[in-house]
Amino acid sequence: MRFRIYRYDPDKDAQPYMKDYDIALEPTDRMLLDALVRIKSVDDSLSLRRSCREGVCGSDAMNINGRNGLACITRLADLKEPVELRPLPGLPVIRDLIVDMSQFFKQYHSIKPYLRNNEVPPDKERLQSQAEREELDGLYECILCACCSTSCPSFWWNPDKFVGPAGLLAAYRFIADTRDQATSERLDDLEDPYRLFRCHSIMNCVDVCPKGLNPTRAIGKIKDLMVRRMT
Amino acid sequence: MVKRIVVGAHYGLRDWLVQRVTAVVMAVFALVMLFIVVFHRPEHYGAWKSLMSQQWMRLASLLFLLALFWHAWIGVRDIFMDYVKPAGLRLTLLVGVVLLLVGYALWSVQILWSLY
Repeated sequence: MRFRIYRYDPDKDAQPYMKDYDIALEPTDRMLLDALVRIKSVDDSLSLRRSCREGVCGSDAMNINGRNGLACITRLADLKEPVELRPLPGLPVIRDLIVDMSQFFKQYHSIKPYLRNNEVPPDKERLQSQAEREELDGLYECILCACCSTSCPSFWWNPDKFVGPAGLLAAYRFIADTRDQATSERLDDLEDPYRLFRCHSIMNCVDVCPKGLNPTRAIGKIKDLMVRRMT
Repeated sequence: MVKRIVVGAHYGLRDWLVQRVTAVVMAVFALVMLFIVVFHRPEHYGAWKSLMSQQWMRLASLLFLLALFWHAWIGVRDIFMDYVKPAGLRLTLLVGVVLLLVGYALWSVQILWSLY
């Protein structure tokens, strides 16, 4: 199977370049990550992140034939040859397919991704009704792979100011949580032309999310709450 | 000098809402115009003139144009916020757009009320 992979080692290369690989696959190689591991056994200079190899850790996010996704859950049979692999767009490249995710995590931290509740915790746990718990479905499953934020043009243009789809999904996850008491502060923090309102509902995030989540809907719900608060 | 990232202007919701409301106003006006063109077929200059010089049509047109200018202001500002990074240049462009749109609004009033 033929691959074209983005290669860049800042210590050696003046410019990034695309390198072609023609690799004989074994019948057990089902997913793109299997092929990458095989390529790495031939050319160990190729750098990429991977860990759980089953779509849970979010390490091997990359741009696959122009579309962001996780290599470990992308079926080789569905890919058009030559398979073009590039690092996630919009973030600084450290080497080959590895990007510097600092900016992405900075935005995630900025929404204070933890429960804020000033009441004394009960002996066992803070209880929720089933309906309250269901509010969090489609929000808590995010694995922070950055496929969504790095496919978002608004994040490309303002990665330092726009929270991005992953961060906003997480923000709504805590706004929607009945155990969190900081809803108003959270809305105040997001009411900003850059932090929230750079989202123009392009919906690339929804298109690429490997977990099938919908950040645009979460962002819509944040706006909805703001409208309800204002009027 | 250390470049500080500043956010937290605490506005944006009103503009986002206005963009939606003005879009609805424009859509309704477009449907009304479509209805008129399909069912009344004003085919010559006189028919258009008598249609456009009615008082309700003037007010509706003005409402449509004001919605258009307000909508355009928010959209163009968004584009400048995305693509024009130096704050001084951005402010200059924004002031230019405001003056242009206010000029257009006054000009529209003049045009609409000069039809008899």
